Amino acid sequence: MDFYFFLIQVLNGVQYGLLLFLVASGLTLIFGIMGIINLAHGSFYMLGAYLAWSLAQYTGSLTAAIALGVVLTIALGIALEQVLFRHLYARDHLYQVLLTYGLILVFDELRSMIWGDDVHGVAVPALLAFSIPLTENLSYPFYRLAMSAVCLVIAGALWLLIRHTRLGMMIRAGASNREMVQALGINIRLVYTVVFALGVALAGFAGMLAAPVSSVFPSMGGQVLIISFVVVVIGGIGSVWGALAAALLIGMADTFGKVLVPEVSAAIVYLVMAAVLLWRPEGLFKR
Amino acid sequence: MAAEPILRTEALTRRFGGLTAVNDVRIDLRMGEIHAVIGPNGAGKSTLTNLLSGDLPPTSGRILFRDRDIAGRAPHRISRLGVGRSYQKTNIFKPFTVLENCRLAAQSRAPHALRILSRAERFRDLARNAEAALELAGLAQRADEIAANLSHGEQRQLEIAMCLATAPTLLLLDEPLAGMGATESARMVELIRALGRDHAVMLIEHDMDAVFAVAQRLTVMVNGEVLESGMPEAVRASPAVQSAYLGHGE
Amino acid sequence: MNRRRSDIALAAALLALALFPLAGSTFYLQLVTKIMAMAIFAMSLDLLVGYTGLVSLGHAAFFGIAGYTLALLSPQYEAANLWTTLPAAMAACAMFALVTGALVLRTSGIYFIMVTLAFAQMAYFVFHDTALGGGSDGIYIYVKPEMKLAGRTLLDLGDLGQFYDLVLILMTAVYLFLRRLLGSPFGRALAGIRANEQRMRSLGFPTFRYKLAAYVIAGALAGISGYLAALQFGFVNPEILSWHNSGIVLMMVILGGMGTLHGAIIGAFALVLLQEVLANQAWFGEAAKHWQLAMGVLIVLVALFLPRGLAGLGARPRKGSADGR
Repeated sequence: MDFYFFLIQVLNGVQYGLLLFLVASGLTLIFGIMGIINLAHGSFYMLGAYLAWSLAQYTGSLTAAIALGVVLTIALGIALEQVLFRHLYARDHLYQVLLTYGLILVFDELRSMIWGDDVHGVAVPALLAFSIPLTENLSYPFYRLAMSAVCLVIAGALWLLIRHTRLGMMIRAGASNREMVQALGINIRLVYTVVFALGVALAGFAGMLAAPVSSVFPSMGGQVLIISFVVVVIGGIGSVWGALAAALLIGMADTFGKVLVPEVSAAIVYLVMAAVLLWRPEGLFKR
Repeated sequence: MAAEPILRTEALTRRFGGLTAVNDVRIDLRMGEIHAVIGPNGAGKSTLTNLLSGDLPPTSGRILFRDRDIAGRAPHRISRLGVGRSYQKTNIFKPFTVLENCRLAAQSRAPHALRILSRAERFRDLARNAEAALELAGLAQRADEIAANLSHGEQRQLEIAMCLATAPTLLLLDEPLAGMGATESARMVELIRALGRDHAVMLIEHDMDAVFAVAQRLTVMVNGEVLESGMPEAVRASPAVQSAYLGHGE
Repeated sequence: MNRRRSDIALAAALLALALFPLAGSTFYLQLVTKIMAMAIFAMSLDLLVGYTGLVSLGHAAFFGIAGYTLALLSPQYEAANLWTTLPAAMAACAMFALVTGALVLRTSGIYFIMVTLAFAQMAYFVFHDTALGGGSDGIYIYVKPEMKLAGRTLLDLGDLGQFYDLVLILMTAVYLFLRRLLGSPFGRALAGIRANEQRMRSLGFPTFRYKLAAYVIAGALAGISGYLAALQFGFVNPEILSWHNSGIVLMMVILGGMGTLHGAIIGAFALVLLQEVLANQAWFGEAAKHWQLAMGVLIVLVALFLPRGLAGLGARPRKGSADGR
């Protein structure tokens, strides 16, 4: 394949990977720090996308819609944690699986009731809706580059948060030893609420960001859920950097797989995961 | 006491990254003899036990059980050679009854362990072995109690009983007296003494009275290395040991 | 005493099921047949999840492999032979379980969950994307297999009532087999592995082999249910291997109450009947279209308030027992 085609695949792979990272980082934080398996995580991605679509129609601007949408998803995250999830911390993982599976059904049906089951396109904000020409026939949509940039900024912000703030320190401490953190008087409940809301917001925001590129459709939550679990597992549970590395790996493998070996491209993600886990049973960067 | 050691190690070493937990350790264990291993916390005693039981593979060195090198073998294979190990942190089956804990331990040796269609209770010999082990450990009257409901001392007794139910030749006892009161300790000491007569026993302990009551040989470890090894009184009197360990009012 | 009472309850339930065809309509007969096949599926998963402590999210792979085995072995316009195709389906599942289990069992916890999912997804894609499976359209089984002995038909599997009987017999047989298995030394070892695997190893049990054996048995039993489902509907397609299916059977096990075989049966009945009830427009009118919402809420409530699942509703508070249940 020629250079520009290759470049486009690389850019696509990176963009997909970074988007997966947003979703997976929330998942790995929630599981790593709170010990909660949340099957409904994909639903937040879907809800974010649908919110973006309907709010964009309402306000006329995707950017405004996203800003508003993020606030709403944070609120949703806080509400869910306070009302439901805080009862699950002491419970067997399987009951979390059961409860969050029930939530998937609830969110799916709510989405159907509020927004229907149709597929919708979302317009790219006018400011970003142009393409960068590469050759006479090929050009690359600027919006995708913008997406990648935004994801990188968020990755950087997460790094700053975890490494250089008190909250981040509490997050790291809470991950290693819950009881000790509580004994030290740190408000573990507050940390959990913040982490959960952050995770939900990341997933929702990813959905909003992806909406112009992937469209808004009912099964988008389920699709991203499975893949982001794969990313979390490959990267090592609780490791945000593992999630980044794994997301980029999967993003590239999936993109190039579709182009090079389309017949088995769907299975590539799982082959990669199985291979990584058989080499390192606890993921690449297990804490 | 037998002449040949049933287990001996050569230059046994275990490193964790930059930390050398066990360094060039040479120890031997004989049938009918209780060999106590003492030392301050962090001396490498538990790591040594883990190396001998197969819970950890060594970085280098050999472990010869009846002259065959077992270093790095899986724990279940080492157990089947006749090595029984009790844990410092109680490691029993909490949801099961005391009897079931031992019955299961005895089952590990049964050739018919994989029978899938006969009720487990039918195998009377396993139950008998389990009951004998409980009798020896002094827990016979608690056979039907759920293990989680036992007192700490009774759980430590169960630890030992489970080892005994596998009919081992060599016993690795990791701080069996940990957390026990005076009467329970005395009983445990008697048990260990009795076991020493027809097993090879390696005893890790902090309780010095118990150690000097039963040990026929003594090894002192400090910082992963063997400081001194030999007859208990000689070791106790050694100046190196006095200053490093015993002499500080321990 | 507890054993005796639950035996009586069990016998009563089986009697009710055996007599059901006399009272039920065709629709309900088909429904209960489907549920009983799912109950076999759920029991096989309970062996892994509830007893051995291995949570698999890829159990639908066995369901699908068995169904596809029947479809692929069935001649186009003739009846296949149950006596050869059912064991063949179970054997295919057992092989898959043996090969994937040897790899998958090197992991544990959430990693195990994901790797089982991975292998199921790979099986899904084999049937979906390659020539083997007839693609996303699936394969039809035009003629039902026959169950003959010495030239005479034992049961006409095309007749709903007789097929119902076969499924009931198989469900009962699987239940009794698993009960026996779990009370045996092998079963006790599995319980020990779930309670404290490290201790089992240090006592001399080769725990990997035990887990692999459980995995293979669970896979073969799940194959029975996949075979029966394919037989009942005369059709297989890749969706039966999907993670949704794996998720549903896991829900049945958890909902019904893990680690009690009858819980798996209860869970299967509960989940399917719940869906039927909630989606019934005659009872709920327009709201019935949104049955998923009600179902989801109920599942959430069970997860919050029924820690031992539905089977825990009737039982005494659990203290622990001789066999660890």
